[in-house]
Amino acid sequence: MELVCPAGNLPSLKAAVKAGADAVYMGLQNATNARHFAGLNFTEKQMTQGIEFAQSRGCKVFLAVNTYPYCHDLDIWQQAVDTAAELKVDALILADMGVMDYACEKHPDLNIHLSVQGSATSAAAVNFFAEQFNIKRAVIPRVLSIKQVAHLVNQSKVPIEVFGFGSLCVMVEGRCLLSSYATGLGPNNHGACSPAEFVEWKNTDDHLETRLNGILIDRVDKDDSVGYPVICKGRYKVNDHIGYAIEEPTSLNTLSILAELKTIGVVAVKVEGRQRSPAYVRQVTEVMRAAIDDCLEKPDAYELKDQWNKTLGDLSEGQQTTLGAYYRNWQ
Amino acid sequence: MTQRIHKKLSLAPIPYFWDQTTVEDFYRRTADSPIDIVYLGETVCSKRRALGLSDWISIGQDLTAAGKEVVLSTLSLVEAASELSVMTKICKQNDFGVEANDMSALQLRTSYTKPEFIAGGSLNIYNQRSLDKLKSLGLQRWVVPHEHNQQALHDFDLSGIEVELPVWGRLSLAYSARCFTARTHNRSKDQCGFVCDQYPDGLAMKTQEAKDFLVINGIQTQSGTIQNHLEAINDNAVDILRITPQQNNCFEVIDIFDRVRKQQMGVDEGQQKLAECTIHPISNGYWHRQAGKNWVA
Repeated sequence: MELVCPAGNLPSLKAAVKAGADAVYMGLQNATNARHFAGLNFTEKQMTQGIEFAQSRGCKVFLAVNTYPYCHDLDIWQQAVDTAAELKVDALILADMGVMDYACEKHPDLNIHLSVQGSATSAAAVNFFAEQFNIKRAVIPRVLSIKQVAHLVNQSKVPIEVFGFGSLCVMVEGRCLLSSYATGLGPNNHGACSPAEFVEWKNTDDHLETRLNGILIDRVDKDDSVGYPVICKGRYKVNDHIGYAIEEPTSLNTLSILAELKTIGVVAVKVEGRQRSPAYVRQVTEVMRAAIDDCLEKPDAYELKDQWNKTLGDLSEGQQTTLGAYYRNWQ
Repeated sequence: MTQRIHKKLSLAPIPYFWDQTTVEDFYRRTADSPIDIVYLGETVCSKRRALGLSDWISIGQDLTAAGKEVVLSTLSLVEAASELSVMTKICKQNDFGVEANDMSALQLRTSYTKPEFIAGGSLNIYNQRSLDKLKSLGLQRWVVPHEHNQQALHDFDLSGIEVELPVWGRLSLAYSARCFTARTHNRSKDQCGFVCDQYPDGLAMKTQEAKDFLVINGIQTQSGTIQNHLEAINDNAVDILRITPQQNNCFEVIDIFDRVRKQQMGVDEGQQKLAECTIHPISNGYWHRQAGKNWVA
């Protein structure tokens, strides 16, 4: 079972490689990937350096080109595919059928992984991409219970990668329009959820408020803390009750089910967080590395260590973690 | 571009959990309405079993007898093996058309001998190459995804397929494993008690300032606004105008679109009449390259 870690820039990539990632994933500095944030991602020159650094140390490199180009933008996404082929990345992480079709035709030897943004939640969906685009792996959305993941792995024609730690998308990835409904820009069409230019933090006399394009996402007492205003983690009024109607600020943490993920045949565990600091990437990678090593060495006697959970808990949104949809009652 | 003059009217699947009698009454009225195409089936939550596949087929037969084109729509978020087995039955039959609402349905439909299908609006088709790929697999009709603006739609070569544009109703914005209606009642999805039957037009999720924002419908999140694209009624790229069912004034809305398409009513008058059909704010922002929630007059 591989550990796949986020590389938002060169220092994060190096931190992940040194801390024991089996693979790192990165994006270019444009809307072709799902973490299109200012100051993040790689120029071609940085990519070359990063690939050299990682591959010479036995770590694979994946390039995420996992957003959806409109007709007039398709060239830019196709160029990103050409760049990946030229720089010899180990795999391309793609979501769009048009981009996949191009990659298959132009670079038949290039490994394609289906991005989580491709929204394949069943074996039939994964097998569609396997048959049509010869994908070599699929990353599945964070919507299935552990039993459903096991069933999918069993019926899938290609190996399956799942999310193991990081910010939790509550909605099926690739099919969430909440951000674009509020701002015009979202993960699919812009590579970012709740883009920073629409975010407002405001102190009133008694409150701290966050707004997204003018919409009140959360309001807390002056001395409390409030998270970044992603719509699904806000507090709203439903039936006259104010609360986290969709989900609280929390991170996904699968440490307690890693051995099970290994047993059911998951081939890779992914850490979310290309927007995070190199220090974050290093700490998470170290913990996940140690846990996966324990799993691989003694799958029947895997024991969760309190220190791992504490480290990951401290790095989590709202200092809380959850098993998310893997745990049926969360649903 | 092909001129697409004779617009048809379609009725999307009912997104909410209505009881069997309400559903059957609704489609009896549909049979007498100017709707040309009716999409049937449960597309949001497989736990809602007021009607099974055989009930939908029976309603479909009645509507066919009334001269309507009938299409079976598949579930939008597929997670369980039992869901795939219902979907397999839908995809194997050829009495009615099939609207594929996720990639599982596409795989099942294209595995059979007569693979024609309609691509639902939640399939991610953003560019020509994606559309062409699906055309090569049997795509006949395309329901345009919400995020496309008018120019983005016009950038496509749409020859050889029918184009269907959602013109009235709440936007479907997201799907989750979690049921938010059950969560509101402090229940898990497995113990939901079918509480969404209390909300036949969805459950409003307002901001802390009590402003309309989103609507919860089980595992689906919808827009708080009603999308209104009457302005697109004369758009040359569009063949079919799609109306999403709602509990109140649905047939009044259908009648307004019908009269405007037949030029028995002007677009301005139609807009005034539509405004009387809902108490909720309206939107058309996506069509104008803006935030989906916006209204551009």
